Amino acid sequence: MSSSEKTLTIDNAAVHKRTIVAREAQPYWNPYIAGLGLGLVLLSSFVIMGRGLGASGAFSSLLAATVNTVTPSHPASNSFYAEYLGDGTKSPLKDWLVFEVLGAIAGGFISGLLAGRVRKTVEKGPRISVRTRFVFAFAGGILMGFGAKLARGCTSGQALTGGALLGLGSWAFMLAVFGGAYAFAYFVRRQWT
Amino acid sequence: MNAPFFKFGLFGDDVSLIVAFVIGIGFGFFLERAGFGSGRKLAAQFYFTDLTVFKVMFTAIITAMVGLFWLSWVGLVDLSLVYVTPTYIVPQVVGGLILGVGFVVGGYCPGTSCVAAATGKLDAFVYLGGIIVGIFVFGEVFPLVAGFYESTPMGQVTVPQHLGMPYGIMVFLVVLTAVGGFAGASWIEKKMATKVKES
Repeated sequence: MSSSEKTLTIDNAAVHKRTIVAREAQPYWNPYIAGLGLGLVLLSSFVIMGRGLGASGAFSSLLAATVNTVTPSHPASNSFYAEYLGDGTKSPLKDWLVFEVLGAIAGGFISGLLAGRVRKTVEKGPRISVRTRFVFAFAGGILMGFGAKLARGCTSGQALTGGALLGLGSWAFMLAVFGGAYAFAYFVRRQWT
Repeated sequence: MNAPFFKFGLFGDDVSLIVAFVIGIGFGFFLERAGFGSGRKLAAQFYFTDLTVFKVMFTAIITAMVGLFWLSWVGLVDLSLVYVTPTYIVPQVVGGLILGVGFVVGGYCPGTSCVAAATGKLDAFVYLGGIIVGIFVFGEVFPLVAGFYESTPMGQVTVPQHLGMPYGIMVFLVVLTAVGGFAGASWIEKKMATKVKES
């Protein structure tokens, strides 16, 4: 094989790879269409179940179940865990929000797969390292978990669900979330821009 | 038709878990479709370069709110049986501020991080670990913060109830505000796009 042939093959491979990538990741939906779909899912939850969506509660159930398995005497003495453990007649994981979040993971995966968006990546701006991004992600998660418990819900349970039900605390919460995020965005701008 | 179906005993607890899983699939599907599996896209909301978070969230809120209002108005849904989270105004505002900072630092909220992890974002897995630690910390210090957590209780109150305003008028005002917000959001995005191009 001559050197020019080799170059040609490599070029072809590169072009081919590029077309695959371009064909793979489809653009996201129009935000109003996606929002309408999300709103109809929320509405069906109201109509079928009489409750809205959630997310952080599922993690509390998971944690309560874990703590209860590791040190059974500990959660019983703490009313925070006790709330998620119930009367002990059924597993705390046999919970509506736990199943809903499992569905959300499946739904997200299905959507991503159909649109060619399932890919091992790290979401960050070009100016920071993966390691720094992980530190920020972990710290942000801690604040999110703590804040969601203090506020009795997160963006799904409070802002989205409570927002649609016009709950007073939910609307105050929603304004506070945007306020907190906008006020702090400047300090972490290197992470994203 | 009597709705909410579950509250009228049309099916039991075990079936409700299957319903939860199916509703969850729809939830995760549309979050991913909107681009909420991407931390960069979510965070862009707070730098005014991409206001998809606002557009999707408020479209969803007005869709569910108007839909529920009509279904209750024609008598298909008993609105009083739909669970409204009780208001504890001060801890909710403080929690919201902490959560907002966590959002822009971490790049996700709990629901979106599940979708991000499901589509292979490694930082979302780290973030999920952080959430568990955050809830654990809250659980451990709960006896110390319980007083604050239970402070300023106002019951299951809605904004129109609090303001002494008819529910329908409030629904209409929220729709008007959202539509105005959408126009404003598109205007800001255009402004930011030209600003980025110039710099």
